[in-house]
Amino acid sequence: MSWEVVIGLEVHCQINTNTKAFCGCSTAFGAEPNTQTCPVCLGMPGQLPVLNTLAVDKTILTGLAIDAQINLESKFDRKNYFYPDLPKGYQISQFTIPLVEHGHMDITTKSRGDRRIGITRIHMEEDAGKSMHEGLEAVSHIDLNRSGIPLMEIVSEPDMRSADEAIAYLKNLHQLIRFLGVSGADMEKGQFRCDANVSVRHPGDEFGTRTEMKNMNSFRFIKQAIDYEVMRQIEVIEDGGEVVQESRLWDSVKSESRSMRSKEEANDYRYFPEPDLPPLRVSQLEVDNIKAGMPELPHQLRARFEAEFGLSAYDADVLTQTRNLSDWYEALVAAHPADPKRCANWMANELLGRLKELNKNIEDSPVSPDEFGKLMDRMGDNTISGKIAKDVLDAMLESGKSADVIIDEKGLKQVSDTGAIDTMILEIMAANQGQVDAYRGGKDKLFGFFVGQVMKASKGKANPAMVNQRLKELLKA
Amino acid sequence: MDIDVQKVAMLARIRLTDDEASELTPQLNKILGYVDQLAAVNTDGIAPTAHPHDAAMPLRANVVTNGNRRDALQAVAPKTESGLYVVPKVIE
Amino acid sequence: MPFSSLSHIQTRLDNGETTAVEVAQLYLDRIAAHNDALNAFVHIDPAHVMAQAEASDKYRAEHGARALEGLPIAVKDIFCTQNGPTQCCSNILKDFHAPYDAHVITKLKEAGAVLVGKTNMDEFAMGSSNETSAFGPCRNPWNTDYIPGGSSGGSASAVAAALTPAALGTDTGGSIRQPASLTGITGLKPTYGRVSRRGIIAFASSLDQAGPMTRTVKDAAMITSVISGHDSGDATSVADAPELDWLAACDKKDMKGLRIGVPKEYFVEGMDTEVRASVEAALKQCQALGAELVDISLPNTELAVAAYYVIAPSEASANLSRYDSVRFGHRCENPEDLLDMYTRSRDEGFGAEVKRRILTGAFALSSGYYDAYYLKAQQVRTMIQQDFITAFENVDIIATPTSPVTAFKLGEKTDDPLTMYLSDIYTIAVNLAGLPGLSQPCGFADDLPVGLQWIAPAWREDVLLGAASAYESTTDWHTKAPQSFGGEA
Repeated sequence: MSWEVVIGLEVHCQINTNTKAFCGCSTAFGAEPNTQTCPVCLGMPGQLPVLNTLAVDKTILTGLAIDAQINLESKFDRKNYFYPDLPKGYQISQFTIPLVEHGHMDITTKSRGDRRIGITRIHMEEDAGKSMHEGLEAVSHIDLNRSGIPLMEIVSEPDMRSADEAIAYLKNLHQLIRFLGVSGADMEKGQFRCDANVSVRHPGDEFGTRTEMKNMNSFRFIKQAIDYEVMRQIEVIEDGGEVVQESRLWDSVKSESRSMRSKEEANDYRYFPEPDLPPLRVSQLEVDNIKAGMPELPHQLRARFEAEFGLSAYDADVLTQTRNLSDWYEALVAAHPADPKRCANWMANELLGRLKELNKNIEDSPVSPDEFGKLMDRMGDNTISGKIAKDVLDAMLESGKSADVIIDEKGLKQVSDTGAIDTMILEIMAANQGQVDAYRGGKDKLFGFFVGQVMKASKGKANPAMVNQRLKELLKA
Repeated sequence: MDIDVQKVAMLARIRLTDDEASELTPQLNKILGYVDQLAAVNTDGIAPTAHPHDAAMPLRANVVTNGNRRDALQAVAPKTESGLYVVPKVIE
Repeated sequence: MPFSSLSHIQTRLDNGETTAVEVAQLYLDRIAAHNDALNAFVHIDPAHVMAQAEASDKYRAEHGARALEGLPIAVKDIFCTQNGPTQCCSNILKDFHAPYDAHVITKLKEAGAVLVGKTNMDEFAMGSSNETSAFGPCRNPWNTDYIPGGSSGGSASAVAAALTPAALGTDTGGSIRQPASLTGITGLKPTYGRVSRRGIIAFASSLDQAGPMTRTVKDAAMITSVISGHDSGDATSVADAPELDWLAACDKKDMKGLRIGVPKEYFVEGMDTEVRASVEAALKQCQALGAELVDISLPNTELAVAAYYVIAPSEASANLSRYDSVRFGHRCENPEDLLDMYTRSRDEGFGAEVKRRILTGAFALSSGYYDAYYLKAQQVRTMIQQDFITAFENVDIIATPTSPVTAFKLGEKTDDPLTMYLSDIYTIAVNLAGLPGLSQPCGFADDLPVGLQWIAPAWREDVLLGAASAYESTTDWHTKAPQSFGGEA
């Protein structure tokens, strides 16, 4: 009998406001332990929360970008549990009425094609601090700098049916979040964290018991963990057992999951309305203003690049991976409007690879879009060939000099003068009479030999198209 | 009402000795028995009140107002090391 | 002078008849002489008091007087103060020194007040007799075998015995009004949201309010005028609360045109006959002043105590989770592991009543019980609030006894928590509805004070102050003070 996999994903995404959710402490990453804390985020006696307005706006923006409903009145609730990195002994969250509900994310995978994944809700809550146990014998160390950083919890419907779909969803969501500028979403810094709810069932059956997979901090580990868990659950059931509803930690070193100790009586969070915070009310006007300020979203950008610049779907996708890339590309096209496809081709295939080797992102490119545009211009006006242009690019990256300066200094101007080319061709023909006769006798493959000889003689500077044309002409019998 | 006092004490992370538990249980049962009278009240269609007044939440501008007060704030801590709070080992 | 009102002391300071230093010394001497008998103060730092008094006199000389310049005010141990410890009369906060002042403390300091010391209270404000304090019970100056009421028992006792002319208390279910009534002084609980809760150790967040405990109505107005006002650091302090002229509201000398609602549910069989007699006499006095008494009903009164004893412990159970010994507060010796650290620290640090309330609250919120207890109680709360809204369509103000009984003996009700809870029967509904309430002395029963409670619509403390001022101006109950502490009975 076949198995169907059911996956739901919960993403905790840090909102990139530079102060915390409920107090005016900085959220900057990497500070010395507990130097970004105050009586409020330390949960000291008598302290009270006051909500960060920008965090609200960014959550609304995210909700609008996933076509969700924005609840003009939403509430906060206390989620009660004890943990050393949770100062108040409860987390301020949104349980009954979240700010955002009923959105969706479209994905495409090779195996299952186009799908629309439902997003149940996005609610606001506060992050907890960090507990550190590495290398410590009998104690743990607690750093509360992270305590109180605002989070969006983005909860999907259990709509995904494969690990690939889960990854596609996460990648799209990750890209969207970064496009919106609401979070750095750096997974290594813990700014974008994913828990996966995984269950299996025979098609047509009720949902199976699900387990919650945690501690997967890269897309690769998430896929591994889901695949592992699916196998594990199927084995359990086929062996006659039952899947236990529990949380399981992914061990990326051992590539296996294990049950989390402290979930014995499954936490009773005793949710109740947060008495320190009256209801959050936003006006339709505020929501409309936020919508008006929404940047172009990835799928809109891709469509526009395909339509406006004639790019392939693949190229459009590459160049819209981040806003930095798409902005750079558009600046490039502005500098070299004659041939957007050439721009796309050269940016995607020549520039990005070289930047990666230099360990740089597009926004740190030593060559500006303007300068790169000039390189495109020199190919467009035949000053240099594509082959030479690659060398020029390498030199531009290394020296910081402009294309023109390098072409000039290295004497790389293409030879396109028919007279000069004819002279070279005739010299080569004279020196290689045997091959001329053989070619004229029917050995067409020797054409490449002559091309090579001309390019060699010209030190690569001969205009290849011109060489082809003149050779054909002069080699005629 | 018969409260499982040790179960609730665990939720609240309060240790109760057997003596404490046996003293508290009848007291709590009596209190809960008293508040049980609410069950008989017809509250159909009545919205619960979480906040006495119908006021909206005031918000706070996203401006850093707090600096580093670690020393002053950790002066009251039971145990710290190099600026970190120290607790018995947390087992995941 | 010790039994003078704050207002009277202020006049003498303004006239140059005395100085803040003299006034402070007077009260410090009285505290030294009498606090042992009362245990009203749990912390006193005489040097710090004198330093404040000196600074006040200096400020007055250089800049003129601020609103409460040089006036001594004692502070319930629930208000965080940077000077001295803030322990909430609990072992779990033993020797805790807050690195911040409560917002209202800052306001008092900015008004030039001299903060006298920390007063005794029921542990975490959970109690009606000050007997749950970890630092020993407080005694009623009218008879030191008797309780002063709670939870602001220390503040009440201190003011009644003139160890300080005024004090701050907090009121969650009656904790300002009931002790004021039992010690024969005036106590005001403002409308919820009128005064900032920031820096006040939280008991039940949707019910707690800070307020003054004083010898006269005008004194209460003076203090409230300073401590009230929106605080951007407290999201429940209301931004557009109607402004009041607090002092002008106290100019009323009569009650012409005032419609006073008298709820029948507050005058039932079995209430103490002498208490009833005192209150009824007071109401007659109001009629003589021109008020009209109107019979009203607050039909859900009987449910108030039950609703409160679900809601308050529920909120408290979460508010007290932060006392986990990680960042501050008592930690047990040599914890074996994390669970041991939590459970043993909290067992050692919390007293029995606090445990009872935390457990009640955790239970009421727990899975399977939330709807039957917490949700239900919040619905009943709506009904109780509606009772008042309906009543106030027909009357301007409501008058009731503050407490069904006068002060009782120490130890008399400690065996049965439920009996103790019923002490709050007349005050509790006011907190559930978020309304302002005031208690003032209106007589004696068995030589112990009786209090009259006024309840006004939300934001109408002016109506409270007006009625109470008129009553006070034609009576002398507020001038009585326990003879054993130097007062005139």
